[in-house]
Amino acid sequence: MRIRTYPFHPAIASARRPSYPPRVTDIMETPANCGYEVQPKALPDGAPEGDLLEVSMGPHHPSTHGVFRMDVVLDGEQVVKLKPVFGYLHRNHEKIAENASYLASMPYTDRLDYFCSMTNNWAYALSVEKLAGLEVPERAQYIRVITAELTRLMNHTCLIGFLVQDMGALGTPLMYAFREREKILDLMESLSGSRMMCNYMRFGGCRCDLPAGWLEQARKVTDEFPKFLDEYEQLLTGNEILMARSQGVGVLPRGLAIKASITGPMLRACGVDYDLRKVDKYGIYDRFTFRVPLGDHGDVYDRLMVRLLEMRESVAILQQALKAVPEGPIVDPKAKLRGFRPKAGEAYGRIEAPKGELGFHLISDGGPNPYRYRVRPPSLINLTVLEDMCLGQNVADVVIILGSVDIVLGEVDR
Amino acid sequence: MDSTTFFANLAAPGFDQLFVTLKALLVSAFPEVIQPLVSIVLSISAIIAVFGLLFAITTVVERKGLGRIQNRPGPNRVGLPWFHVGPLSHLNGFGQWLADGIKTLIKEDIVPRSADKVIHFLAPLSLVVPVLLAFSVLPFGRNMTPIELDAGLLFFFAVGAGTELSVFMAGWSSRNKYSLLGAMRALAQMLSYEIPLILSALTAVMLVGTLSLNDIVVAQEAKPGQWLANWHVFTPWGFAGFILFLIAATAESNRSPFDIPEGESEIIAGYYIEYSGFKFAIFFLGEYFGLFAMSGLAITLFLGGWTAPIAFLSFIPSWMWFFGKLFALIALFIWLRGTLPRVRMDQLMNFAWKFMLPLALINLVNVAVWHYTGGGMVSWVVCTLIIGIPYLLLGRTLFAGQKLGPRTYRYAS
Amino acid sequence: MLGEGIIKGMAVTAKNFVGSYRDPERLTTVEYPEQRIPAKENARQFPFLVFDGDNPMAGLRCVACQICEKECPPQCIYIEKSKDKKPDHTGKPQFYPAIFDIDVSVCMSCQICVEVCPFEAIKMDTEFELSTEDRFGGLLLHREQLAKSVLHHRKIHPTEEAEIEARRVEERRKAEEKAKADAEAKAKAAAKKEAVPVQG
Repeated sequence: MRIRTYPFHPAIASARRPSYPPRVTDIMETPANCGYEVQPKALPDGAPEGDLLEVSMGPHHPSTHGVFRMDVVLDGEQVVKLKPVFGYLHRNHEKIAENASYLASMPYTDRLDYFCSMTNNWAYALSVEKLAGLEVPERAQYIRVITAELTRLMNHTCLIGFLVQDMGALGTPLMYAFREREKILDLMESLSGSRMMCNYMRFGGCRCDLPAGWLEQARKVTDEFPKFLDEYEQLLTGNEILMARSQGVGVLPRGLAIKASITGPMLRACGVDYDLRKVDKYGIYDRFTFRVPLGDHGDVYDRLMVRLLEMRESVAILQQALKAVPEGPIVDPKAKLRGFRPKAGEAYGRIEAPKGELGFHLISDGGPNPYRYRVRPPSLINLTVLEDMCLGQNVADVVIILGSVDIVLGEVDR
Repeated sequence: MDSTTFFANLAAPGFDQLFVTLKALLVSAFPEVIQPLVSIVLSISAIIAVFGLLFAITTVVERKGLGRIQNRPGPNRVGLPWFHVGPLSHLNGFGQWLADGIKTLIKEDIVPRSADKVIHFLAPLSLVVPVLLAFSVLPFGRNMTPIELDAGLLFFFAVGAGTELSVFMAGWSSRNKYSLLGAMRALAQMLSYEIPLILSALTAVMLVGTLSLNDIVVAQEAKPGQWLANWHVFTPWGFAGFILFLIAATAESNRSPFDIPEGESEIIAGYYIEYSGFKFAIFFLGEYFGLFAMSGLAITLFLGGWTAPIAFLSFIPSWMWFFGKLFALIALFIWLRGTLPRVRMDQLMNFAWKFMLPLALINLVNVAVWHYTGGGMVSWVVCTLIIGIPYLLLGRTLFAGQKLGPRTYRYAS
Repeated sequence: MLGEGIIKGMAVTAKNFVGSYRDPERLTTVEYPEQRIPAKENARQFPFLVFDGDNPMAGLRCVACQICEKECPPQCIYIEKSKDKKPDHTGKPQFYPAIFDIDVSVCMSCQICVEVCPFEAIKMDTEFELSTEDRFGGLLLHREQLAKSVLHHRKIHPTEEAEIEARRVEERRKAEEKAKADAEAKAKAAAKKEAVPVQG
């Protein structure tokens, strides 16, 4: 039974306001050093241990992509030990979902990886469709693929822009990337009503149909994109300073990547051919021809270039999909909006989000709320190898390596 | 008389010597005992006023220029007081420097409790004072050098080295890990780029044969009967020297792509993290003054100082030429800042010691070869080869040890 | 050659610098608040209640079924039913909301309330400049502040409103026909009842 509360109404709130002290740091007892000792690992060439400098690249930092802290122990300029500390953005997403209906969790999934909301929506809708056995009509499948690839374009351009900004280019490639992102955000707004928190997918299809003129606008944006990519490549890829700063930096060995279950462009930059769009063939991806770029070295430059090449492949998919959108219904007629109670069981649905493999594990007990709702966040899992990539590198490289992992704190902390 | 002297004389009694005659008039109004003092005070106040205004305008132009490069208008809201009439009410944002200046003046001056107060106070001053001294030997126009020294270039470099001490004073006295890191990096960077700076400046000295900056400028003027001036940048060794000098000057004044001490995305402001209010403004001012001084020296040594490039154009006053070239170099620095990412510390050192130093030494040999082969067609070919082939070879081997280079990518089958 | 990539990059930057003056489309920013980008038709900001006719309270379409209150994810809607009923656009008597509060500071504009409403009574507005200085009550909107005319809805969402209007006209026509058929059947039954005693 859900309690109909209204916690923010002033008449009720004062009676229910709990009596804990206002700052979390007042109630938490933090032991010195939070319980970890500074024990440096020996550097590979047996360098002598001088005075070690412990720096906290703290939650307030221009380059940590959100509220994220890294406790770094330095020997001169080289990193000897690195401990990532996150949880500053934890919002109880999974617990809220246990008390809310399946439909009510959909707007909360927008806010997981707040940069790409359409792919989050699709992953959740996919797992609920697996749980309840719903089928998605053709038109809805095409629209899902188109919006997901547009989201991938948005994410990758801005990621490259942010990475070069962390390298010190003062925002010029970032502003160019945001110019393209604005065009795609306009498309999202005219389709779903909101630029970033789209809340567009429903179980069994999409929420509403394409407005008039949307397909032409999408075709225009897609046709202009390769010109922007050419300009971007000319600005970035031949640049000697960029090459010097990113090649050979933050190398991730293949074996470690596979063992640590890294997914997404980070894995493909190490040379492992694993793209869920080809492996799982979810949606209608098997109808489109596209290639999967692979890197060889697994360093920051490879991750950058793999994402650039993936953008070109996304443009190819978009051009094929936009030509062939059929007419038809938008949503499965069997799906119910209200009173949706899937049968007891469990399902795991995963898609190739721009950051990696985004999966939702749902366990239903027959009621209107899920029994257990678990998100597999790609950003968090990709972060587990941060220390291994950063040992022995300079302080300046730590920021770049973090940028190339492509994290969004909304997903890491949920 | 031929055309060049006609045009030169047309300019001379006009605006060219305007400031010189103004100063002479003002000085003669005072009794003779204190006339040297008055002359010195007038020169100093003129330098501070002109370059202070130039600094203010440069900050606004830089923000607007960077904005336009990034496809957005820069600051365009702040106008000047008493200008709020009609369509010019905002002055397109060119009053931003006034607002920023007032803001820094009225901000609270925070000094950390455990900082070394005396050094903390002296650091910004020891940045600005040497740089202002360095301005005094630059020739701003014909007969417009504030102090005519025979060893002007030597004085410039001697005094400019004092700025490096202030960086270290700032980082050390702040008692902050980030600022110490920044100060160490800044010191290493500035020390290692002094050598290519001086070596590339020496080429012009070797050719002309004097350390006096005014004489170097006069030597680059167009001789009667020539239409193109003898600027050093129009020769192969001069062009190479100019490029080397500019790169070293960018590193000396901590500008992007060498702004590691300020590395905004890593250690947030480096050695001036603990400075607020007016002292921060003085640091900012000192950095920009350093930039102007280095650009002024580059113009003097290689770009012909206050001379016109084409003899026909010498009716434009000489000081206007100097400041025009200064604006052009400032625009170039802004352009560089908007395009390039930052280099890493060890790559910076590599670049200085393994690339620029050998090239600067080879350039010295180059200028000697130029002088002894006379300066004709043969000299052009020989000197270009002497500097071009090491440049290509060094460029190839600079990063070859780490196997850098463009890569091709494969696709999954 | 060392430096080639750098020069190519600088050419791109110079092209953008010059282009931002010549081509107004390159500047993606507008000078807010003097210039505003017009909202798209589907844009959604915060909900409002629709009323037909002139009187806001009498013409409210909402029948206080409380479906939107149950489905709202952050539970920002608070409804209390009225005790009496009033007729709706087809003539049927329905409840109406005595209290309808939306806490706009909690609302996340997800549009689920609009989707589940069976009576087309709550729709999304496009106004977002709602900041106020009152921390507690300023963003708690009551029934009177939420009620906006159907003409407003027609202005901001024309295609949707056209669809809804067509459907409601159809419903009204069917209701009138049904009422007429009911009245004829009743009149026939009454006439038959009257005719019988004459014969008997």
